Amino acid sequence: MFSMDLLLGAVVFGVLLGCFYAAVSVGLSVSFGLLDVPHVAHPAFLVLASYGVYQLNESYDIDPLLAGVLLTPLFFLFGLLAYRIYYETFERRGSDAGVRGIAFFFGIAFIIEVLIILQFGVDQRSVTATYIGKAWRFGEFRIPIRQLVAFAVALGLTVLLAVYLSKTFMGRAIRAVAQDEEALRLMGANPVRIKQFAFGIATAVLGVAGALLIIVAPVEPTLDRAYIGRTFCVVVMAGLGSISGTLIAAIILGVAESIVLTMFGASWAPAISFAMLLGILAVRPQGLLGR
Amino acid sequence: MMKHRNSIAFWVGVAVFLIAVLSMTQIVRNEYPFFAGYVILQFIALAVAWSILGGYAGYVNFGTNAFFGVGVYTAVALFKATGVPLVVQIAAAAVVGLTLGLAVGLLTLRMRGIFFSIATIALAIIIETVVMNWRFVGGAAGIQIQRPPVTAPFDSYVKMLFFVQAVMVVIAISIARYIQNSRIGRGLQALRDDELAAECTGVPTLKLKLVACMISGALISAAGAPAAMYLQYADPSSAFNLSYSVSALAMALIGGTAHWIGPVLGAILLGSTQQLLAVTISSEVNVLVLGIMLVLFVVGAPKGIIGLLRPRYRLRAGGKP
Amino acid sequence: MTTAAPDAPLLKVATLTKTFGGFTALDNISIDIRKGERFGLIGPNGSGKTTLINCISGALRPQTGSVVFCGEDITQLPPHLRARRGIARSFQIPRPFRSMTVLENLMVGLDFAGASSSLPEEDVAMSILTRMGLASKAGTPTDTLSQVELRKMELARAMAMRPKLLISDEAMAGLSSSEVDEVLDLLISLGEGDITIIMIEHIMQAVMRFSERMMCLDAGKIIAIGAPAEVMANKRVQEAYLGT
Repeated sequence: MFSMDLLLGAVVFGVLLGCFYAAVSVGLSVSFGLLDVPHVAHPAFLVLASYGVYQLNESYDIDPLLAGVLLTPLFFLFGLLAYRIYYETFERRGSDAGVRGIAFFFGIAFIIEVLIILQFGVDQRSVTATYIGKAWRFGEFRIPIRQLVAFAVALGLTVLLAVYLSKTFMGRAIRAVAQDEEALRLMGANPVRIKQFAFGIATAVLGVAGALLIIVAPVEPTLDRAYIGRTFCVVVMAGLGSISGTLIAAIILGVAESIVLTMFGASWAPAISFAMLLGILAVRPQGLLGR
Repeated sequence: MMKHRNSIAFWVGVAVFLIAVLSMTQIVRNEYPFFAGYVILQFIALAVAWSILGGYAGYVNFGTNAFFGVGVYTAVALFKATGVPLVVQIAAAAVVGLTLGLAVGLLTLRMRGIFFSIATIALAIIIETVVMNWRFVGGAAGIQIQRPPVTAPFDSYVKMLFFVQAVMVVIAISIARYIQNSRIGRGLQALRDDELAAECTGVPTLKLKLVACMISGALISAAGAPAAMYLQYADPSSAFNLSYSVSALAMALIGGTAHWIGPVLGAILLGSTQQLLAVTISSEVNVLVLGIMLVLFVVGAPKGIIGLLRPRYRLRAGGKP
Repeated sequence: MTTAAPDAPLLKVATLTKTFGGFTALDNISIDIRKGERFGLIGPNGSGKTTLINCISGALRPQTGSVVFCGEDITQLPPHLRARRGIARSFQIPRPFRSMTVLENLMVGLDFAGASSSLPEEDVAMSILTRMGLASKAGTPTDTLSQVELRKMELARAMAMRPKLLISDEAMAGLSSSEVDEVLDLLISLGEGDITIIMIEHIMQAVMRFSERMMCLDAGKIIAIGAPAEVMANKRVQEAYLGT
């Protein structure tokens, strides 16, 4: 017998989970949604960030969120470099660039995964912090504090990025370059520089997102595979290029996964995102709030 | 005239290859070359099969491990239930791989290439989960396989497997070569260059993509079928190991996908290197090197080894060098 | 598949409407194209010309309306089947098959859409290239071609499909005036055969010289249709191009 309480709990948990998914996907919304880069290594970067947070937490006892913030400038530079390589090698070439671009990111993701295994081993890693381990009692529900922390930070991060892209000059330039590169060039701006900067921002966000990843649950090197479905599902469902849509789409995914988790167990949860991705592509490929 | 001469040369080469392999099984005593040789032949088959969809059509399959694992477990399930000979296991695996290729293709080949690639990752995750929960084949713990007695003219099972895999390499290469030189190959090349233009020029793009996906899937699964006999056990984490996905992709792209010989060269080169280094370095580092080489080649030598060897020649559909 | 009665139009577009989200690209377009006609299609940027061509060739599906070709309703048919039934097009920005030579590009059209003939395919392809003035470039990879050569190759590839209807989408855009004449003469000579040609162009002298009948689109609607001189003299056409 399926109780209302259980369902309600699943929904609440799903909303929290969804906001977290939004934070880890919002970078892809920029890199794939706006810039059209076939960035299948996005989840690998995310996991890499989480291991970076782990290292800082483990060796220097730094709070994971703080560690994430510290990693942000490093990942920004990493993003700049990655886009430079991608652009020089693939955007400029003619045919075959599509295959090679995808293979390139697949190779990068794989290299990251193996490097993590070599450095940290295959076992799960987690962080310690004051808010991890405690739970908040709310009526009949028991919500772990770390989920709430992740929820709050994720929400803040997503809103921050959305505001940045719509209100600041650079943010609007990024959205403009996604729509009409030629026009931007005619206005004297360098579209490649702008795209590179955007990719840098998309990667920088992963610093904090990685921290959230390891706060919410322990990480292990192959986690990127589970997240490729989730992140792409969120970005496509939102509509390529829609940052605000990312939050809504992520919450829908989070709730769906949470309900399936409660009803059918954990092993089927990763399949949900892929199923939803295929469903959206078949039925409404432009997403909910597409460009 | 040229095509006819090429054909004769090819089939003579095939005959020589098979005779050499057969002779080797009769003459060489030591078992090690056959163990190593089997692995290399397996990689050749996988790389060639991968390239039919990835190289000719331009749709990058990240889920080679899914098809491979499906081949392994089809053979295992069939053998455990009915004890049929290896040939039947392989044929069944090919049929299952074909069907899987059709299913995945129908779901995703209408969309952009990147979504096909992501769907193949999903496929791998889902199938591995299903197999892990399948008691009959041992679930997550895996299953031991008892080899049946070996038939003449082979005196050891591994030698027979070596020959079987050699035959599969021949089948894979023959199919790839046929596709490359045929109308299908020209259509795939066109749709890889520009799918919309190809469609508007009369190329039935969806049908050709499905055919390539099905054939590729069938060959990959067939190549995986004897693996359980080879290892004498099967378990999900080794049957669905991601290294199959990376290897097939890397070997094909590093070799060069314009011609069927590219994946063969890539697999021989990288496969042999891996076998030689396997004793000295760990399997993770081994596979890391493969990933790094993939990235280096994709960035620096886009046409692969064949592009480096014959930069001015155009090895393309139509069979003309 | 029904064959058209002798005096039926080759192509019959009826009440075609195409929207993208909230934007209406084609608004209730109806037009009949006669067999053997040289038909010019003009209109300012964004008026829906290429969208109309996309709906005819199959790259897009309309929201409402129908496209009937040789008496057969092809509205839901995928592009490759329309190509086989005799609709060929060139693209506004040329889309060659970059890994192939010029000759190989044509072979794709011949292989997949050109009706089979008793002659060896390569000879047929070479004769088309000769007619287009590209015979010397047969073995050249397409990435070394000049703009005008690319445009001609696109038309050659379309002709290799042995079409009943050829649609040329701004084949002369960005070319020098002598190159424009080259392409125009080519299209006129192609039009002398059995084939029906729709030409989209911005270069007014070219369209006027080429067309027997012209149509002007603006914001997805037909604002003028008739003999070239009539259409060009039409006030609304002039306003559409120059603004009020």
